[in-house]
Amino acid sequence: MDRMEATVLLDEKAIERSISRITHHILEKNNGSGNLSLIGIRTRGVYLAKRIQEQIKAIEKKEIPVGILDITMYRDDVFKLKTPEVKKTEISFDVNNITIVLVDDVMHTGRTTRAAIDAIMDLGRPKRIQLAVLVDRGSREMPIHPDYRGIFHPATADQEIFVKLREVDGLDEVILTQSA
Amino acid sequence: MKILIKNGRLIDPASDRDERVDILIDGGHVEKIDREISRTGKGAEVVDATGLVIAPGLIDMHTHLREPGYEYKETIKTGSRAAVRGGFTTIVCMANTDPVNDNRSVSEFIKSKAQAEALCRVLPCGAITKGLRGEELAQIGEMYEAGIVALSDDGKSVRNAGLLLKAMEYAKIFSLPIVSHCEDENLAQGVVHEGHASLLSGLDATPALAEEIIAHRDIMLAKYVSAPIHITHVSSGGTVGIVRDEKTRYGRLTADTCPHYFTLSDDATLTYDTNTKVNPPLRSGEDVKAVREGLRDGAIDIIATDHAPHDVPSKDVEFNLASFGIVGLETGFALSLALVHDGVLTLKELLRKFTENPARLLKLPYGSLRDGSIADLIIFDPDTEWVVDKTQFESKGRNTPFHGWKLRGKNRLTMVNGKIVYRDPAF
Amino acid sequence: MSWPYKDLLGTRELSKEEILLILHTAESFKEISRRDIKKVPTLRGKTIITAFYEPSTRTRVSFEIAAKRLSADTISISGTTSSAVKGETLKDTGKNLESMRPDVIVIRHSMPGAPHILAKALASSIINGGDGAHEHPTQALLDLFTIREKKGGLDGLKVAIVGDIAHSRVARSNIFAMKKFDMDVTCCGPPTMIPPFLEDLGVNVEYKLDKALADKDVIMMLRIQKERGGVSVIPSVKEYAMLYSLKEEHLQKANNGVIIMHPGPMNRGIEISDAVADGPYSVILDQVENGVAVRMAILFLLLGGES
Repeated sequence: MDRMEATVLLDEKAIERSISRITHHILEKNNGSGNLSLIGIRTRGVYLAKRIQEQIKAIEKKEIPVGILDITMYRDDVFKLKTPEVKKTEISFDVNNITIVLVDDVMHTGRTTRAAIDAIMDLGRPKRIQLAVLVDRGSREMPIHPDYRGIFHPATADQEIFVKLREVDGLDEVILTQSA
Repeated sequence: MKILIKNGRLIDPASDRDERVDILIDGGHVEKIDREISRTGKGAEVVDATGLVIAPGLIDMHTHLREPGYEYKETIKTGSRAAVRGGFTTIVCMANTDPVNDNRSVSEFIKSKAQAEALCRVLPCGAITKGLRGEELAQIGEMYEAGIVALSDDGKSVRNAGLLLKAMEYAKIFSLPIVSHCEDENLAQGVVHEGHASLLSGLDATPALAEEIIAHRDIMLAKYVSAPIHITHVSSGGTVGIVRDEKTRYGRLTADTCPHYFTLSDDATLTYDTNTKVNPPLRSGEDVKAVREGLRDGAIDIIATDHAPHDVPSKDVEFNLASFGIVGLETGFALSLALVHDGVLTLKELLRKFTENPARLLKLPYGSLRDGSIADLIIFDPDTEWVVDKTQFESKGRNTPFHGWKLRGKNRLTMVNGKIVYRDPAF
Repeated sequence: MSWPYKDLLGTRELSKEEILLILHTAESFKEISRRDIKKVPTLRGKTIITAFYEPSTRTRVSFEIAAKRLSADTISISGTTSSAVKGETLKDTGKNLESMRPDVIVIRHSMPGAPHILAKALASSIINGGDGAHEHPTQALLDLFTIREKKGGLDGLKVAIVGDIAHSRVARSNIFAMKKFDMDVTCCGPPTMIPPFLEDLGVNVEYKLDKALADKDVIMMLRIQKERGGVSVIPSVKEYAMLYSLKEEHLQKANNGVIIMHPGPMNRGIEISDAVADGPYSVILDQVENGVAVRMAILFLLLGGES
């Protein structure tokens, strides 16, 4: 790691602004928060979803539900993982006939989103599923695209993008590293 | 044909000898043992035994050769080849063949087959009861005429104490020792020793008590009629104690154990390796210690192999279904040399348990090397290390838990009746 | 941590951490069985054979449901339909099954060590579904899962296991696993049903039922095998019931919030009274439900990850 170069793509303020913009887009596109629920993809998608929930609450004076989704059971590479670990999915609300906004930190190939959509479909039949991501790094392998995104930063295969959130990492920051 | 063995360390327990000598063999006998023999006459083959030990050929008083009846497991021929490779020049084969050796014709068959095909001396042990069924006496006198050297229903005990008592009395006519396999069949319902390991493995278990009770019973019966009694394959510390104690009062009591009982404990059964399934079962670590102590202090007189060869299908099954038994002829002596390396016995004491003691019990003219002796001998290296490879066994049986073990001490040459019948390829 | 083994043969060889990994993973799978659509694609394309050489309903069904909820294909062979009756050896049967490329074989067999034969001979993962009086690891793991769920933890709990300990693979697997959590285990039954050296495993032995139950957090009743009753180890099933049947009045001696467990199938009125089996302390049906989640977790861990 010490031979890696890190560039900050978003700092704390920029993350805040991105989440705020995403929140407003969600409300605008869905005509407010009625019939809307958020589902965060473990791990950092969950915290981003909670921040969006907070902002919606501030604007709409209404708390919309947030669910937690673990997609391990739905991954197409589950048998290639060195240490497959399944964590709990916690979605306490009925997913039928509602609009769900899936929230993830970084979007890359689209496979995680594919797994997440499959996982939700096994829970019921939502009216609509939308996708919000903080960073879209491009290089899609599935015909899936975000409805809302913080930034678009195309990255090459030897680059990695890390989203750090204060809830788990102690600070807010998005960095890009380059293998030396 | 003369053979001159040069410069070997002769250890002959029977004459209490341990010295560097030359030995001249002429025909089937030892012509001369001396410090230095140079004049041999013409055409003597010379064997250089420098750095090696010369000992009387080993006697295994407890083997199973499976012939007649189970020739797919072993034959007299293959068993004898295994014997001479392992250092044995005389082996006693148990009666549990098919048909059982309970009559003259089976005894004669074994003797004649051995005469024709065996590389070593093969002496039959006759059954005590017909068909080993424990119901009526076998043809003891006829079998004696045909050459049996002992009586045993090995594989089981004679359940009926009254009948066994009669057998002991009757055998006195021929001075045949009764070799007692000690196992109370009501207590012995298991496939392993009852102890900590069986608690872990869940295998049906037999307590050591099953052996000890019958050992005690058979000794008491023998004492009652002043008959010789030999307790074979002693596996439990309790039996060692009983034998040690009774020996102080009764001089016609002897006992043997087998290499697996002083080498392996029941922990070996935890892998469910059916090659560890043997009867009596491998016992606790404490029992292993007690058996070694019994060997050290003389409670146990003899080491026998209980060579019990089986074909693959008899062993390559669930532990419960597998046949009992371990092959021993090709590993037994090397495993026993560990007793010397571990300081339990001196080399002479160990050899005594393989030569003088069984010869005396069975009244055999072998087991000692001195001028004029029958030329049954081995030359071995007590320190060479080698790895047990069951695929190289002369025995048809490959059922050994010692495959891959590194052992110290290797037989180099075996001579029976003045003829070299085995020579280690590296010698 | 990752799962290091090809097979699951017993709890004795598992570490505390490995047991916790199974329990933790099972928590995530439990929710699936409560969905309308009780299926996830995780083990799609995997084949699981249940080979039961001994009668069983519960364990086999539990494994099959667990496998199907993970989208694996299951095939079952049993004592009557298998080659066992035709004289084929277990190893040959295993080799034949393996030629059809199963990923996991769950075996139940009356003889201890039978799963070990397959584990040694085959590349497939082998799960011990119960081997003679040896082990029944998935039962013990679902028992621990249930205890942890009901009591909030495992460490230091006081447990009584009552019944034919000597012939019980459930008792063995539970004892091995529970001792890793420093649980205080008391085994109770007539002395003829207590194997020698049992105390060496770090458990207490108590012949009197009321004494065994005092201050216990968990009471696990084992099945008394009717077919064995009266033969040799006890005078009669009736007498056994008189001495060792768990009744409501016994529970007063136990701790508050005691839970009653039974691996099934129960003999009502023999080792357990109706009132206790159906009473508020009984978690017997929770055990059955949790069995599916725990077996899903085990299948997932055995098949997951690069080997």
